[in-house]
Amino acid sequence: MRIATAMTDVHYVLHAPQGDTYADLLFTMIERLPRRPPVTYTTFQARDLGGDTAGLFQNAAREAFERFKPQAMLVGASCTAELIQDDPGGLARALRLPIPVVQLELPSYQKKENWGAAETFYQIVRAMAAPQAPPPGFKRPPRAPGTRASCNILGPTALGFRHRDDVQAVKLMLADLDVDVHVVAPLGASPGDLARLGEADFNVLLYPETGSLVAQWLGRTFDQKTIKSIPIGLGATREFIAEIAQLTGVDPGRALHGAPSNSSWYSHSVDSTYLTGKRVFVFGDATHAVAAARIAAQELGFTVVGLGTYSREFAREVREAAKLYGIEALITDDYLAVEAKVAELQPELVLGTQMERHIAKRLGVPCAVISAPVHVQDFPARYSPQMGFEGANVIFDTWVHPLMMGLEEHLLTMFRGDFEFHDAAPASHLGFTAAPRDQTAAPAAQPAVPAEAVSDRPSAPVSATAGALWAVDAEKELGKIPFFVRGKARRNTERFAADNAVALITVETLYDAKAHFSR
Amino acid sequence: MSAATGNCTAEGGVSRGNLRYSAERGQREVFCGLTGIIWLHRKIQDAFFLVVGSRTCAHLMQSAAGVMIFAEPRFATAIIDERDLAGLADANVELDRVVTQLLERRPDIKLLFLVGSCPSEVIKLDLSRAALRLSSRFSPQVRVLNYSGSGIETTFTQGEDACLASLVPGLPRLGEEAAPNLLIVGALADVVEDQMRRLFDEMGIADVQFFPPRRSTLLPAVGARTRYLLAQPFLADTARALEELGARRIAATFPLGAEGTASWLKAAAEAWAVDPSLYRRVTQPAYERAQRALSRYRDLLAGKRIFFFPDSQLEVPLARFLSAEMGMELVEVGTPYLHRAHLSADLDLLPPGTRVVEGQHVENQLDRCHAAKPDLVVCGLGLANPLEAQGLTTKWSIELVFTPIQGFNQAADLAELFARPLVRRTRLVA
Repeated sequence: MRIATAMTDVHYVLHAPQGDTYADLLFTMIERLPRRPPVTYTTFQARDLGGDTAGLFQNAAREAFERFKPQAMLVGASCTAELIQDDPGGLARALRLPIPVVQLELPSYQKKENWGAAETFYQIVRAMAAPQAPPPGFKRPPRAPGTRASCNILGPTALGFRHRDDVQAVKLMLADLDVDVHVVAPLGASPGDLARLGEADFNVLLYPETGSLVAQWLGRTFDQKTIKSIPIGLGATREFIAEIAQLTGVDPGRALHGAPSNSSWYSHSVDSTYLTGKRVFVFGDATHAVAAARIAAQELGFTVVGLGTYSREFAREVREAAKLYGIEALITDDYLAVEAKVAELQPELVLGTQMERHIAKRLGVPCAVISAPVHVQDFPARYSPQMGFEGANVIFDTWVHPLMMGLEEHLLTMFRGDFEFHDAAPASHLGFTAAPRDQTAAPAAQPAVPAEAVSDRPSAPVSATAGALWAVDAEKELGKIPFFVRGKARRNTERFAADNAVALITVETLYDAKAHFSR
Repeated sequence: MSAATGNCTAEGGVSRGNLRYSAERGQREVFCGLTGIIWLHRKIQDAFFLVVGSRTCAHLMQSAAGVMIFAEPRFATAIIDERDLAGLADANVELDRVVTQLLERRPDIKLLFLVGSCPSEVIKLDLSRAALRLSSRFSPQVRVLNYSGSGIETTFTQGEDACLASLVPGLPRLGEEAAPNLLIVGALADVVEDQMRRLFDEMGIADVQFFPPRRSTLLPAVGARTRYLLAQPFLADTARALEELGARRIAATFPLGAEGTASWLKAAAEAWAVDPSLYRRVTQPAYERAQRALSRYRDLLAGKRIFFFPDSQLEVPLARFLSAEMGMELVEVGTPYLHRAHLSADLDLLPPGTRVVEGQHVENQLDRCHAAKPDLVVCGLGLANPLEAQGLTTKWSIELVFTPIQGFNQAADLAELFARPLVRRTRLVA
């Protein structure tokens, strides 16, 4: 559906029970699409199951053709319709419609959404562009001297994370490289545009999750090269420009200097020293997660403590990336597993999807969204790309905003007992009113235990917790540790106590544990 | 309306009782019954809803509910995958494993619903047997029930009907000698329940219970002298199940608006033979306050033309409120199902000639809507933004299910929901 809705002049007839039309509102509400997705659902009900659901499908397809007059039609079955085995492809072909009909085989009991989008895009591109294919073994002739290079932009869809703005940002860069954009697909493309994909010199693949099948097929069929770099972050953007410049033989100078980025200077400015070593957890689709980890580590000076993806198809790439940070990648689509991991690692910032935003909120950790699936607030009215130099600026602002400002963080560490600075108080620039804490809490003006008390070692759940008791003083001292690492300090101390058969945890035990784990 | 073709029929209108009824079939732009879990899991605080379905079901619950709810939700989806499709025995073993895990993790759960979905029904996974099996294993700590929230069986609010109907056979029974009791049937906001309870108390109707209750341990008892009053218009199966236990319905309008609420309370007062002067004394102040609050919106709404797309089955009582109490003009009242008996009091109060359409053919209905150019369109979220983009003013119908709208004190809130989009249009200049 993300493919069909991204395109123009196509219509998708989906054999599905009533209720599946909820998918429409993901587009009309979350993305604020001002039109209905081009999808007709058969919305069969129990009473239809004994009868002619095939006839129901054919009527829906015929009516959709007459009403919407598309250039091409996609037909498919939802998870339930798959079970009743009506063969939408055969039924639609039997109607002999005067347009290409593309049958989608998307086994929903085995595969996930991104795979479905990639497969749909691939099927419709093949249906439209294969008739234009040159003979096998075709070699693309070198570009005639004096002509501008042209490329396709592949991958952007409806309901994608900042796809609209990324396409804009990439087009600006390509203009600076004197490269013409031939077709952008699927976003904004018609079936006729897809038929012309083979005419471009090369392909720019922005979102491998949805576009790599198509890019590979175009490479095999039309001998088009694909730009592999994905321009998210400063370093990756420079590589993207260099890769295109090398392929097309143009001077990258204008593209490299045309859009100076503030993010690099901001990151170097002294104010940003408080960002150093902030522990971040990254989760999302593979492309965005890998890019975010690189930006976090290399461009903001964070420490990547967790990296993961729900894209099993790209698990290998994410595992490779995780090795760079000395960690093991989390490959799962179970949000409870992600939540458990975040709780265990206690990061200071979570970079994730809509789901991780909920997780971070529950755990009281600041969060920024870096990947689909996303919610309505991730479709901002303003131009807000993730790609290119402006994208790097957007990322800097978005990630740094949820964090506590530098000096404020120090004050919070120094004056734990201040009633406006209690644990539940958010960063003051975020503007919530904090409820004053119970005034009877012990005022603590002593320097607090530095955050380094907590090592990055994994702290396994402590089974012997019940064995060790906390002395009142030690409990009080623990309260002086910044709240975002306090849980970890508590568990490390308890583990230390258990390992050393300490029955009562005193202030001394707390500092012994700190020394033990900070080695 | 286009010519009838095959299954997508649009039967010609029938005039009966001064209204123009018709029924149509085609694409239905509605939610399935699983959506009801979103409010039911908040209403019954020790219940858990386990959907037995596909990734699509999980996605629906996550996107429809997950985005609105931040506490750990008391619902989840047991996902059927290809291994389960290979043989039913595996699916049952898998289900038992998921349920055991769930109940270990959530010892606070006292009532577990296994909720059927489209795929579980098409593969004929027998959830009632699974519920019996699991119930005997986990009783008395946990009761396990089942119902269907599938799109092939249920439309949106019918999910609540199916859920409540599954609870009825397990309700405590009252003997012949028991005193009459009053049951209010249909999930209401807690604040509305409390208001209603105070009014019944003041009228001397003491034995009032609400169904569903806030906790599964507070299930109401039913017997031959039980009378029930529907608070929601979509409870056909629940009503039938209650009647089988001997309970009898008190016919009334639904408690929307000042008049609707007054006559709903009055029906109960009459059934309990409450002195009419006592009824007046108890309800008059709240009724007058509601009328005062409504008068502010009457100028805004009177004379405006409204078009209902089918959604929650609340359409007929809402149409009655908006036409009879607020002076709006009804262009079309679409509703997924029309329960003529339960709605008769409200239908009787619709203006002669009102077009009432049961079922849906969304494309044809959109054509009629565009042709009629109403001042306000009540529709689902899938249609609202596209219609706004075409210049129509819309009211999301789902908000009418998620807002406390019943009773005297909420009458003006209900009117405001319809006034707000109209006011907004006049405020925006660019």
